[in-house]
Amino acid sequence: MSGDPIYTEMIIEYSRNPSNFGKIADAHIHQHDANPLCGDTIDLYLNIEDNKISEIKFDGHGCAICMACSSVLTEMIKGKSLDDVKKFDKDELLSELGLQHLVKTSPVRIKCALLSLKSLKFGIYSYFVDKMKDSESAGNLNEEAANLY
Amino acid sequence: MQSTADAFEDLRKDFPVLNRRVRDNKKLVYFDNAATTQKPNQVIDAISDYYQNYNSNIHRAVHALAEESTEAFENTRDIVAKFLNIEDSREIIFVRGTTEGINLVAYAWGRDNVKEGDIIVTTEYEHHSNIVPWQLLTQEKKAQLKYIDIDDNGELMLDQLDDYLSTGKVKLVTFSHMSNVLGTISPVEKIVSKCKNAGVKVLIDAAQSVPHMKVNVNEIGCDFFVFSGHKMLGPTGVGVLWAKKEILEKMSPFLGGGDMIREVHKYETTWNDLPYKFEAGTPNIADVIGFAKAIEYLEKIGMDNIRNHELELTKYALEEMKKIPGLTLYGTKEPEKRGGVISFNFNDVHPHDVGTIIDKDGVAIRSGHHCAQVLMEKLNVAATNRASFYIYNTKEEIDVLIAALQNVAKVFKL
Repeated sequence: MSGDPIYTEMIIEYSRNPSNFGKIADAHIHQHDANPLCGDTIDLYLNIEDNKISEIKFDGHGCAICMACSSVLTEMIKGKSLDDVKKFDKDELLSELGLQHLVKTSPVRIKCALLSLKSLKFGIYSYFVDKMKDSESAGNLNEEAANLY
Repeated sequence: MQSTADAFEDLRKDFPVLNRRVRDNKKLVYFDNAATTQKPNQVIDAISDYYQNYNSNIHRAVHALAEESTEAFENTRDIVAKFLNIEDSREIIFVRGTTEGINLVAYAWGRDNVKEGDIIVTTEYEHHSNIVPWQLLTQEKKAQLKYIDIDDNGELMLDQLDDYLSTGKVKLVTFSHMSNVLGTISPVEKIVSKCKNAGVKVLIDAAQSVPHMKVNVNEIGCDFFVFSGHKMLGPTGVGVLWAKKEILEKMSPFLGGGDMIREVHKYETTWNDLPYKFEAGTPNIADVIGFAKAIEYLEKIGMDNIRNHELELTKYALEEMKKIPGLTLYGTKEPEKRGGVISFNFNDVHPHDVGTIIDKDGVAIRSGHHCAQVLMEKLNVAATNRASFYIYNTKEEIDVLIAALQNVAKVFKL
């Protein structure tokens, strides 16, 4: 099974030892989402300070792809400004794990890979709209999240 | 003379899809039969024949094609009735599938017969299609939905049914004949007799049983019986609801429209006779005609032979899977108490990952919650893997599954 296009050493390692795994009590943003196809669930927790992501954790049950992508996503966006997060593209995440091919090869598994990014975009949108009362800054993040896959 | 295993192996030539290669030129090993089965040429050809030679709407026109299509369609009703030992084929209602059949009962019977405070009893191992319609009904009527729990062996705890029945408030007990996840075969006779003694109606979701064993609806004595054609070699989009004539006659219609009426005036309508009262609109004519061929195909093999073949496969698979370290098997350990459905988890590897890895070896299983999230909660897992067998499967294919599972262990360094 060497050269497996999905189950690389890195994916397996992250699925065994996910980064930033856990909960944040009273987080500024808490976003829950589920993949209705497989019953996977994810809870994303973020704290925001000075318009930057000061803390991020995720919790949930998911497959190796979901766990690895959630781990890498949290690593990549920790410390980033909300503006940068708004611009963050799915290709950045997928290429970090060598999973860009899933977009074309596996319409089912791409949902596992992007569940956490979808939650992140929804979470940031709600943060702007509900907490900051700033719909302008929220832009069309919710539509972007809804059309992610 | 052919041995039984050879006779079953010989069937494979009737299923064109079984010849194809998947992924990296691997032979297809199709173990997702609880979701839907493959179709033999006999079924595919009957559907083509209808469209090529006598496609026509049924029941009303008097031309030659309409007569032929009506006869073929109605002939299926008789074939279904005979297959299930039902005396009056007017009690056979064609629906889209099990889901629509249960929804029909929940809507048309439930809304007239369930009131505030009444109880509907279902079980923990139901498919969502036998839970959600009852949630909708009980919420609307302020009635209660109660569950018969399962024990550690995956079997129903019938004492709870006694407790519910003793309240005198139960209107309906609805349960699957065979669990689509655990394969457990429900103790139908016991449940029906308890309900009959209490004067309570019974619905049986037979989606997983009718395709795999001999079922005599008349002998069972339930009130509603529902199943799907596509899980028994038939096309998708055809299912059957059977109910006793006395019940169907009193029931309100489900869908209103063409074919279900006797006379329509500006402000009132009278209903057509059974079964048409419940078959509004142009039905799925081609697939109903194809479904007849599926039943004929199964009857030719013999339902008892099918049950035995699957039991052999299940016993073999359970034995081989028990040898794999870290593999958890769900459901009863006694093969006789279950159908050809095996749910399992492999160490802590998510079922989606197992499914993807063994798919590379051409093995098609189901990974996920199998539309049974209430059961998943009970088992305390998010999902399981499920291998499910049918008439064309072989022991050699089970060996391919076992080898593929060993690949999973390698990839995940188990």
